[in-house]
Amino acid sequence: MKNILNSVSRFVDRNQSLVFPGPAVALLFLIVILPIAFNLYLTFTRWTIGLGQPRFIGLDNFIELIGDERVWNGVKVMVYFSGASLALELALGLAIALYFNRNFKGSELVQAIYIIPFAATPVAVALIWRIMLNPEIGVINYLLTSIGLPPSLWVSSERMVIPALVMVDVWKWTPMITLIVLAGLKSLPHDPYEAARIDGANALQIFRYITLPLIRPVLIAALMLRSLDNLKEFDMIYTITQGGPGIASETLYLYSYNVGFSFFKAGYGSALMVVVFMIVLVFNVVMNRLRRETPAL
Amino acid sequence: MIKALKTTFFYAGAVALCLPPLFVFIWMILTGMKTGIQNISYPPEFIFPPTLENFRAVFQQHNFFRYLMNSLVIATLATAISLAVGLPAAYSIAKYRQNKIGILILIARMTPFVSYLLPWYIIFRYLRLVDTFTALTLTHLIITMPMVIWLMVSFFESMPVELEDAAMIDGCSRSQSFIRIVLPLVRNGIATAAIMSFIFSWNQFLFSLILSGPRTKTVPVAVYNFISYGKIDWAGIGAAATLIVLPVSVFAFFVRKSIVQGLTMGALKD
Repeated sequence: MKNILNSVSRFVDRNQSLVFPGPAVALLFLIVILPIAFNLYLTFTRWTIGLGQPRFIGLDNFIELIGDERVWNGVKVMVYFSGASLALELALGLAIALYFNRNFKGSELVQAIYIIPFAATPVAVALIWRIMLNPEIGVINYLLTSIGLPPSLWVSSERMVIPALVMVDVWKWTPMITLIVLAGLKSLPHDPYEAARIDGANALQIFRYITLPLIRPVLIAALMLRSLDNLKEFDMIYTITQGGPGIASETLYLYSYNVGFSFFKAGYGSALMVVVFMIVLVFNVVMNRLRRETPAL
Repeated sequence: MIKALKTTFFYAGAVALCLPPLFVFIWMILTGMKTGIQNISYPPEFIFPPTLENFRAVFQQHNFFRYLMNSLVIATLATAISLAVGLPAAYSIAKYRQNKIGILILIARMTPFVSYLLPWYIIFRYLRLVDTFTALTLTHLIITMPMVIWLMVSFFESMPVELEDAAMIDGCSRSQSFIRIVLPLVRNGIATAAIMSFIFSWNQFLFSLILSGPRTKTVPVAVYNFISYGKIDWAGIGAAATLIVLPVSVFAFFVRKSIVQGLTMGALKD
């Protein structure tokens, strides 16, 4: 018995680089690579889940999606929602990180309260937002009218639905950007700042010519990390609007879900999911290249 | 004068930053403590005699305790398995620079969840595993495992190699030194990874929406189900949302420092 244990231990020692990651890699192949491969196979088929067998149809799904108006609507909604929310989260996240970087009295407590939304269950807080945004009896419209501002239809109106969803996304996720950027700010070198101060630079110049270039890679890294989830935002939109009114807030991702799980069209749904993946991939490859470039001062 | 201006600026900022999160949270709790009629009255009531009736109803009529337990079991299982296989993997990736495995993690992180869900739904239906803890834990691992490995690689990389060498000289085998020397050194990292993994599994909605059923329903799906056709039980949503959100928020409040560290270590390195 002891001999067996000894030889097992020796085997593990000699092959640590194989044995240690082995189980994780095997599990990842099972739960990640296998379904992705299955998903890719389905893109070449026509199949309604529960009815018959998948039928091979080549690239027909991809040809179909080019002419599908809901696909183009989905891309438009995705660009609008993600563009607005990511830009706002990045700008506000940076501004708030600069604010916290001053370390005033009580900033610990403010920070602790400010980051609460970040860990909160998305579905639960989205439902609360849905209640608050109700056009007839919601508290947001009540507060707006009580200070003399006009009420809004919020998620019941095609025009306001995306701005309203962006607002909820910004509320929930700006703290994450702030946390990352703040850690980046704290690790910046002191020398350039002292040199600038001796040269008589003002606060705005210091920010524009020293802080911004130095923090740029961190900003882009935060944007990439956030974009991974933002481009695939589901819980919040599904809970608050389910893509409505009509299809005014149906992102491409939400549409791919509907095709798969409301219409049970496995093949077409899979093709849409591949398109979503490609968008996320291209965005991140471009961002990664931007991050590695040395910024021009 | 300038000092007073600065102080005012900081206090104004503090109020502006604390108001949005606090308002939503307080409104959530208030909604849970109002009666159904109070919840749909206009103008909305801010001061009223609070009732705990909704919380009682959530537990007694909607069997919420069961859903809380389901979420707890699945989040714990997913976290435990992620740590068990993820820690040695992350260590090996950091030590032997196994970047190919890193790419595998990145693919897992980038792929839309629906892309996993459709194949898994078909496979689990075929295997009759829909509405089982196996199905839910396996799919939650898709999220928690890459997260644990991603975080831990950076913790292992920042650890000095000399300590491990010293242990080897003292006659430890590699596995012994991993368990006795390396893991205790990164215990902060392990705590961060475990908490992040638990929170994300607890909050996960999409997989559970499709793959759970009456037996394995998790809390996000349970609270979503308070919206039924044509009717929204606002008081129930308020009470249920409070019960779901408070544990993870309290959790996050106490470990916020290490969450920051965990988030940024993954984000700041190249």
